[in-house]
Amino acid sequence: MGTANGDMDKDITDIRGSEAELQNLVEDILSEARRQGASGAEVSASADAGLSVAVRRGELETVEFNQDRGFGITLYFGQRKGSASTSDSSLPAIRETVQAAANIARHTQEDPCNGLADAKLMPETLPDLDLYHPWLLDPAAAEVMALACEGAGFAHDGRVVNSEGAQVSSQQSCRVYGNSHGFIGSYSATRHGVSCVLIAEDENGMQRDYWYTTARDPAGLEDAEHVGTEAARRTVDRLSPQKVKTGRFPVVFAPNMATGLMGHLLGAISGGAQYRKSSFLLDSRGSSVAADHLTLAEQPHLRNSIGAAAFDGDGVATCAKAFVERGTVINYVLSSYSGRRLDMPTTGNAGGVFNLTVSGRTLPRDELLRTMGRGLYVTELMGQGVNGVTGDYSRGASGFWIENGAIAYPVDEITIAGNLKEIYRDVQYLGDDLDTRGNIRAPSILVGSMTLAGT
Amino acid sequence: MDDARLDRLMGRLSSNAIDLGELFFQHHRVESWSLEDGIVKDGSFSVDRGVGVRAVSGEKTGFAYAEDIQLSGLENATEAARSIARQGQERQVRAWQPVVAEPRYVPEDPIASLSDTEKVTLLRAVDEEARHLDPRVKEVNVRLTASHETILVMATDGALAGDVRPLVRLDVSVIVEQAGRRERGSAGGGGRHDLSVVADRMFAFELAREAVRMALINLEADPAPAGPMTVVLGSGWPGVLLHEAVGHGLEGDFNRKGSSAFSNRVGEQVASRLCTVVDDGSLADRRGSLTVDDEGTPTGETVLIENGILKGYMQDKLNARLMNTQSSGNGRRQGYAHPTLPRMTNTFMRAGDHDPAEIIASVRRGIFAANFGGGQVDITSGRFVFSATEAYLIEDGKVTRPIRGATLIGNGPEVMNRISMVGNDLQLDHGVGVCGKEGQSVPVGVGQPTLKIDEVTVGGTQTS
Repeated sequence: MGTANGDMDKDITDIRGSEAELQNLVEDILSEARRQGASGAEVSASADAGLSVAVRRGELETVEFNQDRGFGITLYFGQRKGSASTSDSSLPAIRETVQAAANIARHTQEDPCNGLADAKLMPETLPDLDLYHPWLLDPAAAEVMALACEGAGFAHDGRVVNSEGAQVSSQQSCRVYGNSHGFIGSYSATRHGVSCVLIAEDENGMQRDYWYTTARDPAGLEDAEHVGTEAARRTVDRLSPQKVKTGRFPVVFAPNMATGLMGHLLGAISGGAQYRKSSFLLDSRGSSVAADHLTLAEQPHLRNSIGAAAFDGDGVATCAKAFVERGTVINYVLSSYSGRRLDMPTTGNAGGVFNLTVSGRTLPRDELLRTMGRGLYVTELMGQGVNGVTGDYSRGASGFWIENGAIAYPVDEITIAGNLKEIYRDVQYLGDDLDTRGNIRAPSILVGSMTLAGT
Repeated sequence: MDDARLDRLMGRLSSNAIDLGELFFQHHRVESWSLEDGIVKDGSFSVDRGVGVRAVSGEKTGFAYAEDIQLSGLENATEAARSIARQGQERQVRAWQPVVAEPRYVPEDPIASLSDTEKVTLLRAVDEEARHLDPRVKEVNVRLTASHETILVMATDGALAGDVRPLVRLDVSVIVEQAGRRERGSAGGGGRHDLSVVADRMFAFELAREAVRMALINLEADPAPAGPMTVVLGSGWPGVLLHEAVGHGLEGDFNRKGSSAFSNRVGEQVASRLCTVVDDGSLADRRGSLTVDDEGTPTGETVLIENGILKGYMQDKLNARLMNTQSSGNGRRQGYAHPTLPRMTNTFMRAGDHDPAEIIASVRRGIFAANFGGGQVDITSGRFVFSATEAYLIEDGKVTRPIRGATLIGNGPEVMNRISMVGNDLQLDHGVGVCGKEGQSVPVGVGQPTLKIDEVTVGGTQTS
């Protein structure tokens, strides 16, 4: 833990110093596991450090220092398994944690699919993914930047009357994974961000919206002022919303909403959903499940990106691959455990996909709206109305009504509903506005028809 | 750790530029067991220990934490937190005033309340019961979780309080299949007590029956209608309505900042006269209950809305001070590594006069929503959603066909004003609620009697 007067700088620019120490700790835990009689073991260790500074209405609001460590241990005794985790790295705590995992493994039952991934699947060398770009940011500099961000938002439009604040944060992390095959891998990464949440008001009430930028390298961030201005523009645009008439209409999902829509597809073709038979795309490998131009492919080794990783949660080397190609499922998203359950090799996706990009038949965004003609452009979704077993989809939505291919007025307090199996087949075009801020990278998506419930 | 060292740390947090300095010590152990494919295949145990340090100066908060409560980490965290107040003279810490609060649960370790063998046997018995109930049950998942949290809070206002908090829950989820169609049903329950309550076969098997029943009903369900309709909400867990439609909007921080649709509206009518809504953290053994909150303030009953009139907000120390009022015992945090926020505990509507059957009979055409998943609210505009997991059509005053889950959407104050009947059957939920705010999760409770909303938008697919 650092202080605000200089020590913190040293701490948060130095996470790579933890790598060797965590590796040693992982080795110690693995040997303790052997000593306690485990036939196999795997350990994940992490260290994180960061600073986040928030201002609100022109005043400093919070300065938060975080520094975390964690260790997770899974032990195998033959086909039995037990797990334990702790934030305490003292030797007695490690012993106790290994002991706790061993105790659990004594009471769990044998599962023939349990065990480490095959040793030959672990990477021999790790590619440099260019994920570590420290930012020499002290609380005072962060405050100045956050004030500039929020100030630009207030200055953009007089209807911006309040704020939930602007925040600048800089985080560093170090991850180590090791297992009893002798594999040990580690990497350090940084992630920085600027965000702003504003409130605008007119005679019809208040609306809130936000904008953010995030990147591994501070040079990749949008300007703080731009973030504030964009938050203000988005907030003011939502003022005086209307409801729309209930009916069936085409819907365009904005890029940051399309990522969630595509996330449900990936959930349905994940190994866990398949072997638990809790997927609306059960046994779909080799079948067409989406429009024949839609492709979902991951690029785990994309340098300097948010979702990059050289190995997955099982220590298995990652590689570029498609999950859905021109509408057809060609790979499930598999870990070594779910792979064994389905009698398929792991795809190196324990923990999920890495930098998944959605691509397909593309139009410039404005042309996408013109092609839609009349319908809903969704910029916010609310609630958990997605049933992964049946594909039933019903969520709260806000956005803009599109009339004659152009934005007519803001829309609020309506729902959009359908079944995901039909929605994916009904994807007509994608926009050219890929959102690359997250692990799933999607552009705007035009769906031919959904049920809107309003007045 | 010795007293002299603690006094020195508290001294560093006691300056005339700091309104509140606080140390929050936490030790948290969680154990869970899960069953899948008829076998108990996984279990996990975690232990977390650390201290959060906070210095509050006006509206500013400096916050830091350390996992290591023994070494220099704590001193560094203290210096980091106090850096928020840029100047000021050290002053005497106020004399400790140990907080006296009536215990709301037995301060015990639930993890040790049942042997590992008994836990495994319980999961297998629930699995067998669920499969035995109906041949269409294809998959059963059972999960047992027990948590043992010990906290100690020391603050420069003199507060000194400790709490030992047990928390357990048992969850059952099933997949049923018929003619190629699959549906899920789930049920869960628990509270702040030992494991014997959920291990009781009456209780555990009832969860299995409930999960199977819900899944089988959904197998028969038709698509839901779309558009504005009269909706009757069942008692108990559907009280998630109150959590979303009014609860979050009445948390002190949003109202201090003027960002809630309920800001500056105390004394105004914000719901129909039939509605009295309270938050009460002092109910015995409830999932959302706390003997003292995470700032050491004893919990109690806070009346939020009385006969439709907005009475007050839920407060922690920081927001209460800035709004010239007292903390209501709603200062909560996920753990030592998270800052304190005003949060709900158990939030529910008091019972009304109507027989639930009478309420259903009063609806010519509408929906009876008996059970829900989760919800979400935008406190600034007041719009909220919550998604039904078990719902039926009401036709000519009778509950008829089941319909598939649909999301309901509305505006908090508007919907609360359209509540036209309140049942006499107040029930609290079974103890499964988790509330998320600013990335922090805390256990909560909800409850309500059966109630009728004259019009709310139903997000189905059928556009009659």
